[in-house]
This record gives sequence, structure tokens and C-alpha cells, in this order.
Amino acid sequence: MAEIVLPKLEVTAQTPLAAGAGPPLIEISNLSLSYGKARALKEISLNIRERIVTAFIGPSGCGKSTLLRCLNRMNDLIDGVRIEGTTKIGGHDIYAPDVDVIELRKRVGMVFQKSNPFPKSIYDNVAYGLKLQGVKSKSELDAAVEQSLNGAALWDEVKDRLHSSALGLSGGQQQRLCIARAIAVKPEIILMDEPASALDPIATSRVEDLILELRKDFTIVIVTHNMQQATRISDETAFFYMGELIESGPTQKIFTMPKQKRTEDYVTGRFG
Amino acid sequence: MIATDLESKAHSQHFRTRKIDFGSFFLSGLTGLATLLILAILAVILGNIIINGWPNLTWHFVSTIPKKDFFDPDTTGVLPMIIGTTIRVFVMTIFVLPIGVITAIYLTEYAPSGSWLTRIIRAAVNNLAGVPSIVFGLFGLGFFINFIGRNMDQLMQNPGPVWGQPAVLWASLTLAVMTMPVVIVATEESLKAIPMGLREASLALGATKLETIIRIVLPQALPGIMTGGILAVSRAAGEVAPILFTGVAYYMASLPGKLSDQFMDLSYHVFVLSTQSPDIEKTRPILYATVLVLLLLTFALNFVAVLIRARVRKKLRALG
Repeated sequence: MAEIVLPKLEVTAQTPLAAGAGPPLIEISNLSLSYGKARALKEISLNIRERIVTAFIGPSGCGKSTLLRCLNRMNDLIDGVRIEGTTKIGGHDIYAPDVDVIELRKRVGMVFQKSNPFPKSIYDNVAYGLKLQGVKSKSELDAAVEQSLNGAALWDEVKDRLHSSALGLSGGQQQRLCIARAIAVKPEIILMDEPASALDPIATSRVEDLILELRKDFTIVIVTHNMQQATRISDETAFFYMGELIESGPTQKIFTMPKQKRTEDYVTGRFG
Repeated sequence: MIATDLESKAHSQHFRTRKIDFGSFFLSGLTGLATLLILAILAVILGNIIINGWPNLTWHFVSTIPKKDFFDPDTTGVLPMIIGTTIRVFVMTIFVLPIGVITAIYLTEYAPSGSWLTRIIRAAVNNLAGVPSIVFGLFGLGFFINFIGRNMDQLMQNPGPVWGQPAVLWASLTLAVMTMPVVIVATEESLKAIPMGLREASLALGATKLETIIRIVLPQALPGIMTGGILAVSRAAGEVAPILFTGVAYYMASLPGKLSDQFMDLSYHVFVLSTQSPDIEKTRPILYATVLVLLLLTFALNFVAVLIRARVRKKLRALG
């Protein structure tokens, strides 16, 4: 059960938000993934910088969600997956044999496409990760729950019913609860797999505001189908097509003057 | 042009005149009759038992330990049989639930799907469900009593057979083996019904697979698991064949006190009363009463389990 040691992140007053600043936190090189004989990802190399929002875009089945799931090793759960190449987080190969996957997943949180709160109370949902880590003190849990719900912009809406079921919340609230649950364990990276695709426009914009807020403290990688969303919230964008990384760079550049024809066709809506 | 065409069409065409659909009429009549037939059969069986059994169902009858001649309607009772059946069902439940649930967890959560080992286990479970119950009885005699029981006696250096003879424990274990498939299948179905998203959410928060199963999956699956338990209890309560060689006694003067004791049993007692009586006419009233007690006990055991399940469901719903 060796721990992967991630570098301590210094929180400075002025966190660089502009793309291109800061060292890469995630380094993916020559990553290929196949399910049985089908190759879902082909030799992908990509660096993701810390404390910015990186968007993965591309048509359905292009491999963007699969790549996202490589970063917290959720693909390990699927039978018959083969992964080649290296993925480093903070300079450490997360697929090295001595890496404790549990520890990795504590550091790399995830928010899913379909909001999936546990059928427990709101409080227990947020406290779940901390209880797993053995936190028992009630005051500590109370403080963490309040802080996380505040961080997910949900506290004011639920503070009077913390102990009622999470399933009674609206779709947008459930998704923000899932974000609160993810940030409660204080990860360094948050992976988001189309977090707003099932939400109405108002709930979507609240989640987007939240992502922009979270960028100050977390490195965020988000998969999205929504091009406008990518331009609104991401600093860098990577475009995938048929399991290949076609182009990556600052979001503005990808959307206004892409180098590749295929990227241009996709972002202007000519195919996809 | 087109508009006027459509208009004229609408005016000229009428809906077809309604005809009686004899096919549907016949089929709905047939299905209705089939349902009525089943209700009628149930009513006749239950009605017959209740009408003939109820007058003989006295407090004395259910609270008396019978003397040697339990064919005498005036002095006999069924207390030891009620206790024996209840004990064997409870002991069976204690064994079958954990083993069945753990097997189901292995099959759904751990076993690589589609591997030959998993397929063999599944096939074995399904075949186990199709084995006649008398075969389980013989298996219990051969495996539990003659093999395990005798070896236990040897190891403990008992002077005579203590475990190497029919006993409550062996009868209960035999029933547990028999009802295992019911519990496994019910548990598997309820585990499969839990969304993958919940498991993923838990794992993504740094839970191990075991923590995910214990904290998220099992609580959700509990009502389904209990349904399996209820089905197992219903099946086991009325079975005679599996306990015939493994623990039931024709007559015992005292109640069973240890797991190595034999016991008297309601279902078996029904068989004894209806086949061994010296005067069948004289015994008939207590035979009816015994059958009624057996039915009531089975309902009661089920009712308790259903009540517990309802409470669990309510608790889950309050949370979820």
C-alpha cells in the first residue's frame, strides 16, 4: 500500500488563471487503451496544468470520457481493459504497480454525468468520504459538511434539512451535492464527466458558476458536449476524434483559430 | 388543389361500422375463467380445512405435550410439533441467509462475469433448485449424519452416537442446502438492480470494494434479500422429505433441548396421523386441526418476515 506522493500545492494570493501558466500536474504520454480488441484511445500525449479548467471535447465515442476515467483509474473496474503508456500525476506514474488506487482516488475526485447521490441523508452523502477515512469526531464532520456544501453553493438551500434524504433534492441540487461530496475529501484534481448534461439551463449555469469558483482551489478536467460551455468555463481545451487527440491548447485559440481542419469543422458545428 | 382534395376525402370517408370482436371476447372470458378456477381451488382447500379444523382447534390442543397415544382426540396436543417446526425453520434461516448472501455477493460483485468457474457455479445453483427434496433428505443422512456427525463423535470420543444420529441441526442444515438456491437467486437479483452509478460514486471517493458493498450495496439490497429469506421459510416449513431421515421423530416424550436432539414436526405429524392411525374416523378431527395449525404457523412465520421487511423498507425510504 505505497502512497503516491503528490507535491504540496502552495495556495498563493494570485493564482494564475490564464492558460499556459503553472507547471503541468498531469502528464499523459503515449497512452493507449483497448477493450479486448477494440482500441478506444490511441497514443495520447497531453499535459494538464494545475488549477485551471481543462475541457475535453469531441463527438460521442471519441474516447474523451475513457481518458478522463484513466486519470482516477475507474477503468480498472471493467474486465478486459488494457492500458499502455504512462500517466503521471505530480510526477508519479499512477499505473505503477506499487500505487494504492484507493489513495489515488482520494486525491482525484470525480463527478459523474448522471447525478448519483447515495440514498442517504444530505449530511451522510457529504460525510461519506470522510467517514471512510476514519473521521469520527462530530464537530469535525459538521464543519467539513458545512464547508463542502458552501463550496458547492448548496448550503443555504439545504442547511435546514441536512438530515433528510438527498433523493428529495432537485436534479441540479443533486449534482451540486455530488460536487460537495467530491470536494469534502479535499482532492487535488476533480474530474467531471458531462456534469451538466442532464440539467436545465438555470441549473447548468449554477454548476458552471461553481466550476469557475472551484478553479481557484482545484485542478478541474471536464468532459463536455456543449461547445458554449467549454468556451465559458475552460482555460484549455483538448479535442478528440476517434480515440485520437487531434489538438489541444488555450480554449480561445482552439475555438477561434484551430490549427487542424477537423477541429475547426467540429467547433463550428459542421460535423459532430 | 391539395386542400380541396383533402376536404372532399374527409367528407366522403366514414369510420368503419363497429363490429363485435369475438376473438378478444373469447380470450378475456377464458383468462377470467382460469383465474376463477384457481381462486375456487384455493377456496375449497382452505375452506375445507378451516371448516373441519376450526372446531377442534382448542387452546388445550395447541398447548399440550401428548402422551404416548397421540391418536386420542381428547388428550392429544401439538405443542412439541409447533416448537419443532419453528426451531428447524429458524436454525435453517440462520445458516441459509449468510451463506446464500455471501455466495450471491461473490457471483455478482467479485466473480469475473462469463468465466468458466462462474458459469459452473451458476449452473450448480440452478440444478440444485431442481433436485427432488427426498434426494436432499438422503444427502443429509449420508453427508451430515454418517460423515460429519460420526467423525465429530470420533473426534470428541463420545461413548455412543451424539452427533452421528438424526438431530435438529442436521435437519436444519439439510433444509438450508435445499433452500440455498432461492436465497442466492433472490439476492443476486436485488444486487443487480442497484445502479452501477452508486458503486462508482463510492469507489471514486476512495472506498474499497468491500466498503462499497457493506455501506452502499447491501443496505439497498436488504429488502430483496429478505424476500429470498421469506421464500426459503415458506418452502422449508412444509417440507417433510428432507427431514425424514435427518432429524424428525415419530414420538418424543419431551421437547428438544439441544441441537443434537431429535424433534417432532407438524408436517410429519400430519403424515403420521393420516397413515398410522388405528381408527382413522376417530383421528380425522385432530388431523384437520393439525393441518390448520401447520397452515397458521407457516403464515405466521411468513408474516413475521414480511413485517421485518416492511420496517426495513420504510427505514430505507425515510432515508432514500
